[in-house]
Amino acid sequence: MLKILKYSFYDLIRSRWSYIYLLFYLLLGIVLLFLNSDIGKAIITLMNVIIVLVPLISTIFGVMYYYDSREFTELLLALPLKRSTIFFGQYLGVALSLSMSLIIGLGIPFLFYGLLASGVIINFLLLIVTGVFLTFIFSAFSYCIGLKNENKIKGFGYSILLWLFLAIIYDGVLLTVLIVFGEYPLENITLIGTILNPIDLSRILILLRLDISALLGYTGAVFKSFFGNGVGSIISFFILLLWVVFPLFLLRKFAKRKDF
Amino acid sequence: MRSLYVRYFLFLLVTLSCSVSGFAKKIQVCHDCSIISIKQAIQQAEEGDTIVVKQGTYYENEILIDKSLTLLSEDASVDGQDKGEIFIVKADDVTIDGFTIVNVGTSYIKDFAAIRIRESKNFAVRNNIIRNLFFGIYLEKSKDGIVENNKIYGKAKNEFNSGNGIQLWYSNNVIIKSNYVEKVRDGIYLEFSNYCQIEDNVSQYNVRYGLHFMFSNHDVVKNCKYIHNGAGVAIMFSKYMTMTDNLFEDNWGSAAYGVLLKEVNDTEINYNTFKGNTTAINIEGSNRVTYLHNDFIGNGWAINSNGANYHNIVNYNNFSNNSFDLVYRGPLNHNNFDSNYWSGYTGYDLNKDGIGDVPYRPIKLFSYIVNKTPESIILLRSLFIDIIDFSEKVSPIFTPDNLVDNTPITKYIKHDKDR
Repeated sequence: MLKILKYSFYDLIRSRWSYIYLLFYLLLGIVLLFLNSDIGKAIITLMNVIIVLVPLISTIFGVMYYYDSREFTELLLALPLKRSTIFFGQYLGVALSLSMSLIIGLGIPFLFYGLLASGVIINFLLLIVTGVFLTFIFSAFSYCIGLKNENKIKGFGYSILLWLFLAIIYDGVLLTVLIVFGEYPLENITLIGTILNPIDLSRILILLRLDISALLGYTGAVFKSFFGNGVGSIISFFILLLWVVFPLFLLRKFAKRKDF
Repeated sequence: MRSLYVRYFLFLLVTLSCSVSGFAKKIQVCHDCSIISIKQAIQQAEEGDTIVVKQGTYYENEILIDKSLTLLSEDASVDGQDKGEIFIVKADDVTIDGFTIVNVGTSYIKDFAAIRIRESKNFAVRNNIIRNLFFGIYLEKSKDGIVENNKIYGKAKNEFNSGNGIQLWYSNNVIIKSNYVEKVRDGIYLEFSNYCQIEDNVSQYNVRYGLHFMFSNHDVVKNCKYIHNGAGVAIMFSKYMTMTDNLFEDNWGSAAYGVLLKEVNDTEINYNTFKGNTTAINIEGSNRVTYLHNDFIGNGWAINSNGANYHNIVNYNNFSNNSFDLVYRGPLNHNNFDSNYWSGYTGYDLNKDGIGDVPYRPIKLFSYIVNKTPESIILLRSLFIDIIDFSEKVSPIFTPDNLVDNTPITKYIKHDKDR
């Protein structure tokens, strides 16, 4: 598996898309810091970017790479290797190279801007860690989609739909539910609702640091115990980890059943 | 002949010593002295005397000071053994300096205080440390005094069974300076007290308010810090107040505010910093209040205007990275929100005069949704919410369309701090 990982990783690092991705983050970081004199504000903007763009790019890139390396995959399948080894290796290659672009692309401009001296370093690290988590989750999903769909157009369609659903539609539905059933106690449902969406979950994780003062304005006891002490962050991280494992489990299952 | 001289000498000595004692006598209290209790010393003292209490713990309570005395402590602590009040002052020109006062009794009928000053003038309460208290320093119908450099450490957990750190009741012209108050109900509480100066105090972790005004006018609050209180400063039913250069930080909770204004008129709130509070300023029924040159940084809600507010002026403030800049109920009512810096401003400034060319709408639609369904706060900063906020900004339906900043400042305003 390590060999396949290494191969995929180097292959991706040499590919144009990785550079474009890296360049995009580099530019984004520079522009953000150039336009905002305030590093704290830059981090809030960055949060929106990470929560919205990282899943989108990870899914699209993952699906793309899956279809791109199909011939190589078929070659590997002819060798006496376990299927899960092949796909996990490739997946890890994609996820790692994407994470690296993210870390380097955003890290460099912020470092130059004096991140270490400012008090927001923890916020920044949290953003990067969540970004990496989201990359791992969504590239795994994209691999699942790729395995399930021979048709490239369908595959791309599904991955965009997945992103659209989790990033936007899900919150719309959740908000509608909250408004419509406003007269019932909704705290638990809201929390469960957010946990069931990795994008929302990472958003909460960041909110717990950036907007804790607003979150504590809500009176409910369940929220209070969730937000109030470190419990919320720990639970969120744990569930985010589960979210990484879950699509991998699917990936294994799909890879086993797939008829090439 | 010789006896005459002696007599003359003795007479001189007696008259001299009499005149000296008439001027000001110094009485020492210590465990090995002839006077071993503060009460005893007060009994023997005359107007204008100084009582020096030496090191040690004195188990006394209900110490009534009914003469103009100066009480100085040299590391003395007074333990009230939870029996009730400790110092009660009922005379003008009394100074209490440097005592450690512990174990004030708790009562639900009487407000027991560590130091109570009743109907007196020109008092000074300085450098005392008060622990395990019900009320700390209680001024009652007293005036022209100073409360300075005291440290009050409470252990309050609930509002109903705790007292206030420094309380003024019908007390005018009092200076409250450089005190530290923590974990009591209200750090400093003023009721019917006018022309008081409150400076350089630190008030934190109080159950209710850091500083609380009721029916008090013409008071000045300057350079104080209010951290982690139920609310930093609550001003209710008061007029002509001034608050400048204060810091309000991390006042967290569902009913936590940096400043809470209720029925406050003609007041100035300038050059303050509000950082990380759940609500920085909550305004209700307040008129002609000016808010100039304040910094609102990273609060949940920067300004929450609850209606019935007329002719308020909010200018030259920095609104930086608050979850919500403004929540507003009711019509505009001649309130002015021009010339502020808003970190959420996305307009442009073509002529580069530092004033944005497009008016800014500080109200987000999402703040209305949160107000209606509080649970939806969990969707804060979600892309979906950004989209509906944006569409509301483009064509306002729910938010009052005349509530705009017509001349938003494009750069963070640097206030003149040493004016």
